Amino acid sequence: MTEVAARGLWADAWRRLRRNRASLFAACFILLLTLFAFVGPHLSPHAFDTLDWENMTVGLGGPNNHWLGTDRLGRDLFVRTMTGVQLSLQIALLATIVSFVIGITYGAIAGFVGGRLDDLMMRFVDVLYSMPYIFIVIILSTFIDRSNIFALFAAIGAVGWLTMARIVRGQTLSLRNREFIEAARAIGVSTPQIVARHIMPNVLGPVIVYATLTIPQMILFESLLSFLGLGVQEPAASLGSLITEGAKEIESAAWMLLVPGFFLVSLLVCFNLLGDGLRDALDPRER
Amino acid sequence: MLRYAISRILGIIPTLLIIITLAFFVIRLAPGGPFDEEQALPPEIKANLEAAYGLDQPIWKQYLRYLDGLAHADFGPSFKFKDFSVTELIAQGLPISLSIGLSAVLLGMLIGVPLGTFAALKQNTAADYTTMAIVGLGISVPNFVVAPLLQILFGLKWRLLPVAGWEGGEIRYLVLPVAALSFGIIAYVGRLTRGSMLEVLRSNYVRTARAKGLPEYLVVWRHALRPALLPVVSWLGPAFAFVVTGSLVVETVFGLPGSGRYLVQGAINRDYSLVMGMIVVYGTLIVICNLIADLLYGWLDPRVRYD
Repeated sequence: MTEVAARGLWADAWRRLRRNRASLFAACFILLLTLFAFVGPHLSPHAFDTLDWENMTVGLGGPNNHWLGTDRLGRDLFVRTMTGVQLSLQIALLATIVSFVIGITYGAIAGFVGGRLDDLMMRFVDVLYSMPYIFIVIILSTFIDRSNIFALFAAIGAVGWLTMARIVRGQTLSLRNREFIEAARAIGVSTPQIVARHIMPNVLGPVIVYATLTIPQMILFESLLSFLGLGVQEPAASLGSLITEGAKEIESAAWMLLVPGFFLVSLLVCFNLLGDGLRDALDPRER
Repeated sequence: MLRYAISRILGIIPTLLIIITLAFFVIRLAPGGPFDEEQALPPEIKANLEAAYGLDQPIWKQYLRYLDGLAHADFGPSFKFKDFSVTELIAQGLPISLSIGLSAVLLGMLIGVPLGTFAALKQNTAADYTTMAIVGLGISVPNFVVAPLLQILFGLKWRLLPVAGWEGGEIRYLVLPVAALSFGIIAYVGRLTRGSMLEVLRSNYVRTARAKGLPEYLVVWRHALRPALLPVVSWLGPAFAFVVTGSLVVETVFGLPGSGRYLVQGAINRDYSLVMGMIVVYGTLIVICNLIADLLYGWLDPRVRYD
């Protein structure tokens, strides 16, 4: 008799993800753009904040190796956009990680302990939920020194854990009393082992999916704040601050909006595609 | 139903109180104050200014005084817009922001629902994929990119509409802001409608309606649409928050005299009372919108019981 190899959760998910061409494309695009954002600026002779007095406001394919043109002060738009992508990605990743650590801990505690503590903790989440996130973000940006954008986004991540906490709590609650957990208990598996071997893998699926969808949200928040003048400060550039500058010049220099706009939108589209693909792959019940 | 509605309305009060309290203390504890100018004020003048606005009193006294003012719809004076009270500023701007926001939500529903229904009826055809690709793009393109793009196309290139401005609320000046704001709403509503419509179209009562020979448009209109709208209705609460965020952007880009910009300016200037006033007013509106969405849901879905 031949033995049928058991296909684990992850192998199964990978198989489904591989079939989703849009998600694979999105993942490749994100990887390549990330790599390029860090390597690209070194290929150009310009720095992100040097002024080129001879070539101010030149368009795409401009002279003196300004591949994507320059802005009003003659700063190279290619280099500025790539450093903008770098900054946006770093900030988003930081905020996502912070919100995850807090959200998972909070949700897992509420879900495991249950009872009155659970009620209280979730009531608090409900109240915070009733306030638009942007308000909290704007309050925080008055609170935190704006020259330190990373501190600001660590703080934004620290209040962005609400949905994560809800997801983890819900999963933990529904898993806690399932038969396979009971079975594990019956054969004498210890509690930490149950958490590590049986609960975590099941919680991790939705967590990873939500992570992929949080990163674009954070990129969007950073851009929005910078757009409103509450985020990255000059001369540093993020995609949002570049779009703001571009939006002021639409009459004479539309490329200043279109270049960073293109990179922002394609990043957001790809992260959303990847998130959707991962959801289909990791959580086939949802389809 | 009535009892449920009353208990929900009463439930608003503690929620708002918590929001107000949190916002008040977080903002007051922030470093820097409204009178920190580039050139530092002489200490006596600063002390006098702070005394005039009551900022020299202990913080709990300020808090109680603020709550007392709120009970009389008094949000206090603005620190930066001299001669204006926060109530006046918000009363001027809010109607403008609300009318733009509501038009955008309405437009979003009017376009998004048919779009989603269409895609669901044509599931897995080229028409479905195209619609959903556009919708996916609509969800990903933020409105601070959409708004300047609309300005470039309709304002500068084709010269059909004014690029920006308000001019006392002339319709021509409102088209682009409302369109920019409704872009994302159309996408969300379209996606939600398609998803729920697909589920409803597979249900038994729709099969029955088809089996008895009803034409397709009647099946959709009479039997499928109402239940398919449920997720859209429950999205309306969050939609309002989405519109609030969007209005900050749209009012900045198109130079509209709405109240959204006060939140941003207030935050930049550390104008405590202005930011607080905005948070209280918008927070209340959002809580009320969530409530309306919930009640509407119960009215649309006879399966919901309030025991």
